[in-house]
Amino acid sequence: MRAFDYARATEAAEAVGSDARLLAGGTNLLDLMKLEVETPARVLDINRTGLDRIEADGEGLRIGALVSNSACAADARVRADWPLLAQAILAGASPQLRNKATMAGNLCQRTRCQYFMRTDTRCNKREPGSGCDALEGVNRNHAILGASEACIATYPGDMAVALAALDAWVEIDSPSGRRSVALREFHRLPNGIAHRDNVLEPGEIITAITLPAPVRGRQIYRKVRERSSYAFALVSVALVLRMDAGRIAAAQLAFGGLAHKPWTDSRVAEALLGQKPSPALFDKAADLLLSGAQGQGENDFKIPLARRTLAAVLHDATKE
Amino acid sequence: MSENCAARLTVNGSPEDFLGDPRRSLLDFLRLDLKLTGTKKGCDHGQCGACTVLVNGQRINSCLSLAVMHDGDEITTIEGLGPASALSELQRAFVTHDGFQCGYCTPGQICSAKAMLDELAAGWPSAVTKDLTSGPIPSDEELSERMSGNLCRCGAYPNIIDAIRAVMQAEEPA
Repeated sequence: MRAFDYARATEAAEAVGSDARLLAGGTNLLDLMKLEVETPARVLDINRTGLDRIEADGEGLRIGALVSNSACAADARVRADWPLLAQAILAGASPQLRNKATMAGNLCQRTRCQYFMRTDTRCNKREPGSGCDALEGVNRNHAILGASEACIATYPGDMAVALAALDAWVEIDSPSGRRSVALREFHRLPNGIAHRDNVLEPGEIITAITLPAPVRGRQIYRKVRERSSYAFALVSVALVLRMDAGRIAAAQLAFGGLAHKPWTDSRVAEALLGQKPSPALFDKAADLLLSGAQGQGENDFKIPLARRTLAAVLHDATKE
Repeated sequence: MSENCAARLTVNGSPEDFLGDPRRSLLDFLRLDLKLTGTKKGCDHGQCGACTVLVNGQRINSCLSLAVMHDGDEITTIEGLGPASALSELQRAFVTHDGFQCGYCTPGQICSAKAMLDELAAGWPSAVTKDLTSGPIPSDEELSERMSGNLCRCGAYPNIIDAIRAVMQAEEPA
């Protein structure tokens, strides 16, 4: 690990305008610092800034940036009204990591692949302009949607996929004041600048994640992976769906494991609305989702896997 | 750069001062500075669970945390659960049920199991909990999922589950 200056903040305002890397749970940042993939000169420990409360926000919920993933998944309100979020958090990492990992830190975990994690390979995300060894390399876990020649890594998180389906917002304090960004717009695609994973600017700090009023209907997070626990998604589907008189009355979807960010595509939900569920309808939804899908060789299997996973989740959500 | 930083921790009930390079992991502080070598270094990247300790009662990977981050925290290691002369229920059950072969992962397994039982008692759900609102039923599937952050390359998993279950049964109110 490279040497750095360490400081402890006692309030979030100290992070606003700071050029230090913000240290919360550290489960991703410290791992990457050990590998010297991340080499910050200054680190500001924000764990004592009090952003660790879950509060009612009208009919919605305001989850402080430093609430641990475990605490969020165990919260009675989250389990009752936003179970998709609890399911997605519990599908990720290990209990030890979820105890330490925070809500905002989880959002800011790096989009990454094994080449990003090794300093002896070419990686545009780690070293802009150096190239991408994943294109011709081991790319079983890589993106099939929204990728570019610059980067084909996938965003590995589960929590943010559920938050995208739930239409959550990210509350950010910046030197020019407070702003909010829709979760769906928070992470970015690699075109142009592959080394930036999200729209957070230098000197900004996430203070909370907000959930709108609960959405009625079935909430399902389905994660397909290489082993049954403690592994990243090959494909995941987050779905909130409500039926009315045999037809799909509401549907909100997001997908993990497919792209550089939690993937959303409004055409998929639009195709489902007002329709009677059927295998043909689910196939049509998958056609729309995967119309631009591009395999890289080893990950070609993700295209039919995403189709089947979407169909299975839609089947489960629409059955009597 | 990396000027000495300070923190005061409580480790197994004793106050301990950390003063040193902020790069010192909590794991290295425990092992190298305090000579509490029960906690083990496996992968050093949060993937194996051998370094699991309790911080304010919650299990974490001590390899992925800096000592300096733990000012004011209470740390419990395997030595704090019970010395060789006075083993805790879980430690005795791991011996009775052969919950290990080489033993390298065992301190992490036991610390993890200790916190896992507290999480179950508090009703925390897991990825295999069928009904998120009513709370978990401690099936073998639940115990395996909840212990999935601790790898055992000897493959003592069935006996680890037996040991944990024995403690759960012993603690059940009559």
